[in-house]
Amino acid sequence: MDFSLSEDQRAFQETARSFAAEHFAPNAARWDEDKIFPEAELRLAAELGFGGIYVRDEVGGSGLSRLDAAIIFEELSAGCTSTAAYISIHNMASWMIDRFGDDDLRRRFLPDLCAMRRFASYCLTEPGAGSDAASLRTRAVRDGDHYVLNGTKAFISGGGRSDIYVAMVRTGGEGPKGISCLVIEAGTPGLSFGAQERKLGWNSQPTAMVIFEDCRVPVANRVGAEGDGFKIAMAGLDGGRINIGACSLGAARAALTQARDYVGTRQQFGQPISGFQATQFRLADMATELEAARLMIRQAAAKLDARDPEATMFCAMAKRFATDVGFNVCNDALQLHGGYGYLKDYPVERHLRDARVHQILEGTNEIMRVIIARRLLAGANLG
Amino acid sequence: MLTEDQSMIRDMARSFAAEELAPGAAERDRTAAVPRHLLDRMGELGLMGMCVPEEFGGAGADYLSYALALEEIAAGDGALSTVMSVNNAPVCAALLRYGSKAQQERFLVPCAKGEIIGAFCLTEPQAGSDASALKTRAVRKADGGWVINGVKQFITSGSIAGVALVFAVTDPAAGKKGISCFVVPTDAKGYVVASIEKKLGQRCSDTCQILFEDLEVGPEALLGDEGDGYRIALANLETGRIGIAAQAVGMARAAFDAAVDYAQQREAFGVKIMQHQAVAFRLADMATQIEAARMLVHNAARLKDQRIPCLKEASMAKLFSSEIAEKVCSDAIQTLGGYGYLADFPVERIYRDVRVCQIYEGTSDVQRLVISRALAAS
Repeated sequence: MDFSLSEDQRAFQETARSFAAEHFAPNAARWDEDKIFPEAELRLAAELGFGGIYVRDEVGGSGLSRLDAAIIFEELSAGCTSTAAYISIHNMASWMIDRFGDDDLRRRFLPDLCAMRRFASYCLTEPGAGSDAASLRTRAVRDGDHYVLNGTKAFISGGGRSDIYVAMVRTGGEGPKGISCLVIEAGTPGLSFGAQERKLGWNSQPTAMVIFEDCRVPVANRVGAEGDGFKIAMAGLDGGRINIGACSLGAARAALTQARDYVGTRQQFGQPISGFQATQFRLADMATELEAARLMIRQAAAKLDARDPEATMFCAMAKRFATDVGFNVCNDALQLHGGYGYLKDYPVERHLRDARVHQILEGTNEIMRVIIARRLLAGANLG
Repeated sequence: MLTEDQSMIRDMARSFAAEELAPGAAERDRTAAVPRHLLDRMGELGLMGMCVPEEFGGAGADYLSYALALEEIAAGDGALSTVMSVNNAPVCAALLRYGSKAQQERFLVPCAKGEIIGAFCLTEPQAGSDASALKTRAVRKADGGWVINGVKQFITSGSIAGVALVFAVTDPAAGKKGISCFVVPTDAKGYVVASIEKKLGQRCSDTCQILFEDLEVGPEALLGDEGDGYRIALANLETGRIGIAAQAVGMARAAFDAAVDYAQQREAFGVKIMQHQAVAFRLADMATQIEAARMLVHNAARLKDQRIPCLKEASMAKLFSSEIAEKVCSDAIQTLGGYGYLADFPVERIYRDVRVCQIYEGTSDVQRLVISRALAAS
């Protein structure tokens, strides 16, 4: 496998890197502290094509690959992890409409989504249905040319602010085959939101419950066929896992860079602490693990692009590994900063808080192990 | 086995922490307001000068009791356990061991009773692990008193303290032997709280940068003799580290308890998640690590009670407890899934609170340094 980036990929990478350095990094601490959803900067990102990275171009997307997206998300996340992660969710929801929606849906929604004139949320999780997504209970009952929705979605990124909600709802019986995917627009009667959640990190994006009470949604807003919802959800998650893993790479790279700079300037016992072997070896391990994680993410993205039959397993491996490594690198960077790392005057504590949730969402890392173990025990090729 | 006294102290601290500390901990984390009334309560219960003899206002307890009580207080509110820890040792411990009769009457007694809080001003912006690199300067005046100038960093209770133990260079040519310690009332002119830091956790314990601007004290402010400072700073490392280790165990236990409760209620794939082996085994590992950490803490405390040098054992307890505590808290968040990331459940706060246990009172790296040096010397 060729791990070098193409000329185009190096160009996206450079564009995303300089954009994130100019527009995200200088503001990230304030967005975190004041819980600001940076709409203007998101729209600037969309001008560069980051609102619909792997949406087809005739509806405003950039038509790029998953590998391209992984490269871009790492760069955006190095500037502001929380904001980059929101963009990745917006991209996933937009892609679902593009990949599984009919032309009417695609033309109605995607041009605005790709430009981020409208923001998207993805609604799968419920208060009682997290890892066990197929047990979701939000009901959608057909009434003429509408569905009538009742139920609650939890932990919805963009909840309360987004304009478009791509939601998995139960149109049929129990289990995965009874689930369908609908697009619900903000302002639809019967759609309301819970209070904004207070959380450890990811403070530049709103998170709230999304509540449906006799909410009438046109049947024309269904993505794919009735009963296709779970399949769509699972397909979306493969890419979502690469994206979130890539966001962990960005957070970790930023933290590692900051730690490297800090240990070169901090003096103790008469020398910069970069002179101590314990510091050097810790940095060496951080860099090595980060590199391994990046390679796993890129390999999984390439397999997804190539529609490899084991892509799901590789995406799960890459997500588990990159989010664990990403968090550990942030944590080691905090330790290298000593007491200063615990203060909000330095960015590492924010990287740590932002990266922590990557081990939980898009399927917890426990669920990644379930997926991997299942494929292994079913005889997947071990390479 | 615990003695009857030790069990009583533990049970008292446990019920106090459960009834009076834990219920408001989330709110205090949000407001970052130091709860003086709770510190007063802790003083009334004898928690602020536990190993100080009763004649000096303390509880006259042993070190194991101190560790037991700190674990309980930390399980209720990690931030307040830090205020308690710093007040007990180093502050009270140093005043007890090195203070003059006058210093003990004026400062140790109210400190041990919790009527005033003590701050320990050793660390500076450029002198953390390397405490011998202090720059704060104390210059002797003609009348025998001192003028102190300098900046102290990461000072727990800096804005609420009534008394501060301040380390300053009195003889720049003498290296470590040129450092002295002063007992400074914080209402003295020139004691300036430059900032109360914003930090990841432990938000209702104030952490301050303190400036000493031409602060004048009389000759009676010197703690011990001139040049004793470095020795005083190092004298309480054992107790200080046993304390932080006990706090880490307490916070880990609180997070663990929340995880067990949740795992017994939450259902996924048709059963309580406790029934999933991956969840149950993780909880088993968490419990085992907490128990091992607690044993290290108790071992060091018992050695201390027997007056056996235990710096290596205290450092091991601090290193191991603080590191497993973060892991246990992270595992607790993971057990709660998305809910673990929200402020609605206590684990995200405890996780933020416990992180600093690997940093203050000697970073993990410094503990490794101490342990490896002890190995090399043996």
